Amino acid sequence: MAEDWRNAGFALYVHWPFCQAKCPYCDFNSHVTRQIDQSRWAAAYLCEIGRVAAETPGRVLNSIFFGGGTPSLMQPDTVATVIEAARAHWPFANDIEISLEANPSSVEAGRFAGYRDAGVNRISMGIQALNDADLRRLGRLHTVAEARAAFDIARSCFDRVSFDLIYARQEQSLQDWQNELGQALTMAIDHLSLYQLSIEDGTAFGDRYKAGGLRGLPTDDLSADMYQLTQDICADHGLPAYEVSNHARPGAESRHNLIYWRYGDYAGIGPGAHGRLTLGGQRFATESYRMPGAWLEAVNSGSGENLRNAISRQDQAEEYLMMGLRLRSGLDIDRYHELSRQELNPARRHSLIELGMINDSGSHITVSDRGMIVLNSVIAELLSV
Amino acid sequence: MTELAHIRNFSIVAHIDHGKSTLADRLIQSTGTVQDREMKEQMLDAMDIERERGITIKANTVRIDYTADDGQAYVLNLIDTPGHVDFAYEVSRSMRAVEGSLLVVDSSQGVEAQTLANVYQAIDADHEIVPVLNKIDLPAADCDRVAEQIEDVIGIDASGAIRVSAKTGVGIHETLEAIVKYLPAPTGTREAPLKAMLVDSWYDAYLGVIVLVRIMDGVLKKNDRIRMMQNGSVHQVDRIGVFRPAMAEIDELGPGEIGFLTASIKQVRDTRVGDTITHEKKGCEQPLPGFKPSQPVVFCGLFPADASEFEDLRQAIERLALNDASFSYEMETSAALGFGFRCGFLGLLHLEVIRDRIEREYGIDLITTAPSVVYHIHMRDGQMTELHNPADMPDLTHVSHVEEPRIKATILVPDDYLGDVLKLCQDRRGIQMDLTYVGGRAMVVYDLPLNEVVFDFYDRLKSVTKGYASFDYQLTEYRQDHLVKMSVLVNDEPVDALSMMVHRDRAEARGRVMVEKLKDLIPRHMFKIPIQAAIGGKVVARETLSAMRKDVTAKCYGGDVSRKKKLLEKQKKGKKKMRQFGRVEIPQEAFISALKMDD
Repeated sequence: MAEDWRNAGFALYVHWPFCQAKCPYCDFNSHVTRQIDQSRWAAAYLCEIGRVAAETPGRVLNSIFFGGGTPSLMQPDTVATVIEAARAHWPFANDIEISLEANPSSVEAGRFAGYRDAGVNRISMGIQALNDADLRRLGRLHTVAEARAAFDIARSCFDRVSFDLIYARQEQSLQDWQNELGQALTMAIDHLSLYQLSIEDGTAFGDRYKAGGLRGLPTDDLSADMYQLTQDICADHGLPAYEVSNHARPGAESRHNLIYWRYGDYAGIGPGAHGRLTLGGQRFATESYRMPGAWLEAVNSGSGENLRNAISRQDQAEEYLMMGLRLRSGLDIDRYHELSRQELNPARRHSLIELGMINDSGSHITVSDRGMIVLNSVIAELLSV
Repeated sequence: MTELAHIRNFSIVAHIDHGKSTLADRLIQSTGTVQDREMKEQMLDAMDIERERGITIKANTVRIDYTADDGQAYVLNLIDTPGHVDFAYEVSRSMRAVEGSLLVVDSSQGVEAQTLANVYQAIDADHEIVPVLNKIDLPAADCDRVAEQIEDVIGIDASGAIRVSAKTGVGIHETLEAIVKYLPAPTGTREAPLKAMLVDSWYDAYLGVIVLVRIMDGVLKKNDRIRMMQNGSVHQVDRIGVFRPAMAEIDELGPGEIGFLTASIKQVRDTRVGDTITHEKKGCEQPLPGFKPSQPVVFCGLFPADASEFEDLRQAIERLALNDASFSYEMETSAALGFGFRCGFLGLLHLEVIRDRIEREYGIDLITTAPSVVYHIHMRDGQMTELHNPADMPDLTHVSHVEEPRIKATILVPDDYLGDVLKLCQDRRGIQMDLTYVGGRAMVVYDLPLNEVVFDFYDRLKSVTKGYASFDYQLTEYRQDHLVKMSVLVNDEPVDALSMMVHRDRAEARGRVMVEKLKDLIPRHMFKIPIQAAIGGKVVARETLSAMRKDVTAKCYGGDVSRKKKLLEKQKKGKKKMRQFGRVEIPQEAFISALKMDD
């Protein structure tokens, strides 16, 4: 029996942990620092790639993703060094996707051509809003005009450019969002990520929310309406949702993210990066040191990894289900059973079908439109014993 | 063995927070009974829960040696009685064991309902009463007014009331002198057959049951064979002693003395409060009057939140019952909650204390169903059965009529809130018996059904009077009324644990409150849920909980899997706190909260 990860492929995630400023909603591992010795970071990434590659020899690499933080603060040379190192250790798939997250500022747009030359073939831009007032509220440093200009530069350099928007913002009406989404769709090429604002613990928004601040957030009913509207409008424009918050022209999906949602293997390097790696028939969850300084030091002494846990078959099955049901294409039931060696609760499945939350073709469970918007409950229901 | 003339036995009567425990502490401390370094706050309240809530559950006693200003050495025995209405019988026994009381009144607050209830017990026991005005250090203290109030309301002379600050120590010496001077010495005959009152008892892991006794006549010695007159059991005394307040063994206890005995008794159940202890041979002929077996007044179901903890719960309940004869239990099965116990308590405080102890001392999460009183169900065939659980209400066609317990409630309240209190009592089917004014405050006496009071009456009273009302009650009689069982259906499934007995005229209103509450308490599901209250087949109130609109994580990438997994585990744990009814999950707290009435 082939190892489970082969159903989805193998990817490399590279985490760049620095930002120019911390956004108040962001709970990612990002840090603001004045001085960054990029050559030292490049060397550290090289070491890590070498270390992981030694454990996964001969694997075909389907994707590389530079995430952050703000990876568009990396020098193109740094990016090139990482891509070259990966190429030296793993055979690249013919259609390898190499993505980089970028902020839409003019300074960063100046580096796009350099990234293209380094081998990057897809840009994901954090535009977040198409009105300046909301951009300021979200703590973004760019304006709409700058974002549009940067987006045009990106388009001139890359075939594949996606961008992110955050909606269900403070004081945003359904009509506001409909208008903004309309504008976004005139810009969009073939991929769009549309996230509802979520208030996370440990962020500036989280603190304000707990303190009773952050007024004007939409009610559950309004955000549900916004979500539904988003699904409908994007589908009408030929960009149907292929995942909870991701929309693409069929075939233009982010291959990297599909590897996560289809529960493939991925090596995660850089501070705080997570990975899933199948080694010697056992799948492991890996985690790197979170603080940039600690990570650099750890890499110098041999490995940036600070955690490696074997994942039980049952837990793998649950992870696969949690991720897989986010996709329109759904969950391969045989694959789930192969992993868990237990049948997925038939009574619960049946009751969810009756409620119209899921469809069960016998080979796949897919989540319906109604189900997708309450996916956490659907997952909890399927997995509860 | 102390001469009768040199013994003074007394208790302290006070409303909660009027400083009873602090005064007791001060008396103990100032006589050197306890070294300063051993002193801790509220010396006599042994249990954490007693300390925390500032209440006394078990009678405690301390023997104080005091050399009075007359140069004579006296033995002062203080019995600290439970102050709460739930323990009225226990209080009455403690009162019979002493000859006098200190009536402690907060000089900034005045007389409260609980003070009244307890002082009447003291008067019933023919006590000499010494009024003590406490907390005179407070700026709001008004001794003259409060003394006047004591005279008006209670009808005892308060002109010589001792002015005390237990906090600063002012008046403590005067209090001790007053005990010696004004309280009578006990009487009794050393040569008579042994006659001792069982004042209280509790279980000690090392010594077995410890029995607190007051010797009326005769002498109790180590190795004596004694007989409990109510149940006839015979035991050999293996230890005799007094509390200082630590246990100190002595050789014998004579007339007028208060102390403890142990006799390898295994269960507190074998020692009934109020029983008379005598010698096996040549015992006394007549037991002391006034013994009553303890009668649970309030019942509720206790279920383990985690069904796998049923056996742990059984053990916890059995062990608590060993130490508490007034707490009864039997196994109960609920369709909704699984296996648990139907437990009987002396009152709501007693219920809460037992529940807290199970949760805290045994670490078991509990689901507590709504408290219910004991109804008398008179069947058409003339038989009468006691109904402890509304879910067990027999088929109406066999029922002739239902009787419920009534109480006489006494409430003292500042005039400003009188209207709210009257409304509350009327709403709870109360019948006004009396309304008088007592030094600027109204004293209302109501005849109320106990079932309207057991749940949240006291909370409501506190809330409508901003905490200024005080309340006490006593059970009066069983009376027939139009009582019916109301059931609750969630998503068309009856939830037995939410059934309740209500007055027919109040059924719609209670049903409405209940379904509205449940609508807020039950989390939204993926589907809409009808919630109904019904009497027999007739729906009296209905709400619909609409379906959940949105529950989805916007972002979930490679780095989020572990986090989401943890969230899911947490959710699974949370589900353990929910109970499944058909497709609906009801959180545990709903079983209590749904029955609270925010009139």
